[in-house]
Amino acid sequence: MSTPAAADPASTAPEQDPAQSPEPGGSKAVAGRRSKRRPGDMIFTGLSVGSGLLIFVTLALVAIFLTVRSIPAIRDSKELGGGPDAISLWSFAAPLVFGTVFAALLALIMAVPVSIGIALFISHFAPRRLATPLGFMIDLLAAVPSVVFGLWGGVWLVPKMQPLYELLNTYVGWFPLFGGDPSTPMRNLATASIVLAVMILPIITAVSREVFLQTPRLQEEAALALGATRWEMIRAVVLPFGRSGVVSASMLGLGRALGETMAVLMVLSPGATFSLHILEVGQHNTIAANIASQSAEATPDVMARLIFTGLVLFVITFVINALARAIVSRSAKS
Amino acid sequence: MAQAINVEDLNIYYGDFLAVEDVTVTLQPRSVTALIGPSGCGKSTFLRTLNRMHEVIPGAYAKGSVEIEGSDIYGPGVDPVNVRRRVGMVFQKPNPFPTMSIKDNVLAGVKLNNKRISRSASEELVETSLKGANLWEEVKDRLDKPGLGLSGGQQQRLCIARAIAVKPEVILMDEPCSALDPISTLAIEDLIHEMKQDFTIVIVTHNMQQASRVSDRTGFFNIAGTGKPGHLIEIDETEKMFTNPSNSQTEDYISGRFG
Amino acid sequence: MSATPARTASSGLVTGSGASERRLPWYHLLLTAAIAIALAAIVLVLFDSFSIGGLVVLGYVLHLVIGYGYSRIREGRRWANDRFATLLVFGAFAVAMIPLISLLWEVLHRGLGKLISPYPGYFWTADMAGVVGGMVSGGIAHAIVGTLLITLGASIISVPIGLLTAIFLVEYARYGALRVLGRGITFLVDVMTGIPSIVAGLFGLALFITITNDPGIRIGLMGSVALSVLMVPTVVRSSEEMLRLVPLELREAAYGLGVPKWLTIVKVVLRTSIAGLTTGVTLAIARVIGETAPLLLTVGALPMMNGNLFSGRMQTLPTFINSQYRSGNAVCNSDAITNPITHMQYACSTTINYDRAWAAALTLILMVMILNIVARLVSRLFAPKLGR
Repeated sequence: MSTPAAADPASTAPEQDPAQSPEPGGSKAVAGRRSKRRPGDMIFTGLSVGSGLLIFVTLALVAIFLTVRSIPAIRDSKELGGGPDAISLWSFAAPLVFGTVFAALLALIMAVPVSIGIALFISHFAPRRLATPLGFMIDLLAAVPSVVFGLWGGVWLVPKMQPLYELLNTYVGWFPLFGGDPSTPMRNLATASIVLAVMILPIITAVSREVFLQTPRLQEEAALALGATRWEMIRAVVLPFGRSGVVSASMLGLGRALGETMAVLMVLSPGATFSLHILEVGQHNTIAANIASQSAEATPDVMARLIFTGLVLFVITFVINALARAIVSRSAKS
Repeated sequence: MAQAINVEDLNIYYGDFLAVEDVTVTLQPRSVTALIGPSGCGKSTFLRTLNRMHEVIPGAYAKGSVEIEGSDIYGPGVDPVNVRRRVGMVFQKPNPFPTMSIKDNVLAGVKLNNKRISRSASEELVETSLKGANLWEEVKDRLDKPGLGLSGGQQQRLCIARAIAVKPEVILMDEPCSALDPISTLAIEDLIHEMKQDFTIVIVTHNMQQASRVSDRTGFFNIAGTGKPGHLIEIDETEKMFTNPSNSQTEDYISGRFG
Repeated sequence: MSATPARTASSGLVTGSGASERRLPWYHLLLTAAIAIALAAIVLVLFDSFSIGGLVVLGYVLHLVIGYGYSRIREGRRWANDRFATLLVFGAFAVAMIPLISLLWEVLHRGLGKLISPYPGYFWTADMAGVVGGMVSGGIAHAIVGTLLITLGASIISVPIGLLTAIFLVEYARYGALRVLGRGITFLVDVMTGIPSIVAGLFGLALFITITNDPGIRIGLMGSVALSVLMVPTVVRSSEEMLRLVPLELREAAYGLGVPKWLTIVKVVLRTSIAGLTTGVTLAIARVIGETAPLLLTVGALPMMNGNLFSGRMQTLPTFINSQYRSGNAVCNSDAITNPITHMQYACSTTINYDRAWAAALTLILMVMILNIVARLVSRLFAPKLGR
């Protein structure tokens, strides 16, 4: 630190290759050397670096707390609770994981095509003047609190869907998804997934729309100039260009659907099976909804297994989101 | 108030890249020194090392010494913030603070540093600084209007007034007229003429006519090629530089053979 | 979109290429639509299950088929595909409008009645103390206060952390080790954005149980902490974006005047971007104010006012909606019920719990909408013009 560059003749030798000279490290100190650092600068630097680190610490704490608090459940994983109601951690958690993933995938299957359609509608079909207000209407959906979606789903949507479900069950009941014996009120996984699908529409639409709008204008016009119809142009230019964006948007949506609590809690009549019959009532439940409904009266050991499922959910969404971000950043680079 | 600047063995880096090599020069007090040269030759980079603005860019640093009034601004324990209070700067594009009025822009150096100043002292400072920048007559009736409402040339003079208000010894100007129309340029050039009675002025310019019009001495920077460091080829009285330079590169550049 | 000129240009080309491929004017779609709707009506009546919803859905599906077939015959395969895709895309947008419009309509028309009876404002100023069974009284004052306090607490925690982190990312994480740290934090903020809200709730719960060693602890502050986990990443993201919009020249202008870095950030960068920052923070508040799941776990429920974040359970609007909804229909054995605390008599209604849920939902949506409108107004009215 105490070698000022000017006092060190070697450091100013003109013929030396700067890339190989050892000085840069030392002379960064020249630029950064402020022995009289201002207290304001020091405090402010400390605060902002500290806040950044606090985020790191928080996430670490989330992981640590969930892990530590679920240790009792993992330790007694063979027989949770003891006594006649004993249940293994596996048979407790596995149906919940199944239900969570099943509901989220169903929601995704419904939401992705519609979202792509809306995104194309706003980016390539609607008149330019209407594009912004129409996009705003979709964003409005994102502003609705999840509990209101739950209320709407439970009170309004459930009876509205009943005729369709009965039709499906009667005529397409041979197909596993629509089989089984649905009973009213139809608080089944199908309705819960529909509400989930509506809730993840805005995020998938928003991201896809952004990507579609970034399609190079020249390529679009080239396709149209060759006599392509609008749809042929979209298939040849817009969709290939936006593919990775749509994939990552879908994964972001999947992450949301996996973690959403209220829509499922308020719409679904819970159960704990691996049933594929989405119209049947009382067969499925999701991790998030189960935690929300059980935690109020949970004894410490019940709490431990709930937290264990929470940890599982955290890990699943973490992986999904990390994958989505990786796809986004990879396509952003290319 | 104005001070000479002694630059010795100055090497300027961006990370590992040596941008300007081995500059040794004395810049005279109470005079205007113009720095000319082709794009990318390091003249702006050099200028920014004179008030340690260079190191604002991530990874950038300089080695060597720059003495103002006998003290090295790159010496141990020197606070670059204090250096910048003694060596003011005017930038390529006029950059008044968008949230401030004309008056507050002039007082920015005082106000942003949380210094207390009496109302009468601040009014006097605004008036002298704006007069020093030849802007007073044009804006004295609308001092509370936003600085962004002025024309480009007025904005640049506002930025000069803002720099003067901090009462520096040296003022650095980095192509101050490149974004301005010819009439505004002329106004700034006149202003530079007047200002050299009080300040040491170093101005970087692309425009050789401008250099010949405003400066007492002119320095010529050049690079051997892309990726090579820039060098100060020659510095001399402006008149001599433009009529009878001693270096052939200078002559080629002045006569328009490259750059 | 330049769709119209493009269409004329290409259709001109295509008309020249053969009689089988030509573009018919759009009103031919009306013809096919009419046929489809009529057919749908007949089918529905035959199956004895006529409804407007069914008509629209079946009509749309039939129109996809009929319109495609018609276009295939009259316009050729390529234009038929184009028609088909266009119909699908318009249909997708219409499908998304169904939940939006029906939800807003349901909330409005089921919620408004309760909001204005017995007199406007009663529902917002009363709480649920002593309200039992199907008693037609009670309100959400306690829930509104709870929601506002807990959200305020979350903002007090999140805004400084989020803003300072954004400042770190934009102003400090520019070179060397800090830059690597900045990359890491950006990644973690992304991860944090994806944390399920219920997990945030579990974190708040586990954190406070560990600190106080009291498994039954439920206080407002826990809710604020849980919401902060969800709010911080939103604040970081939006603030970062806003700070990056401040031109580098302004920072240099301040440095050039001998202003230290921290004062430059506070008085120039933050001052210049304050409108954008406010907008971002307001939108972040709008996002967490409707969060339910974390609050179910951390603050519990309470029928009366509790203005203390640091002690005792609290009611919030989202959890109030949930609990009223879960209570379902009330039982009315007599026409009038007496409040055990005030000894006032009230009428009985079996649907009162749903009524309260819808009215509270309307209130919550109003809050979110107001926040959104405020956010947009702030950015529109107070943003300095940076473009030059």
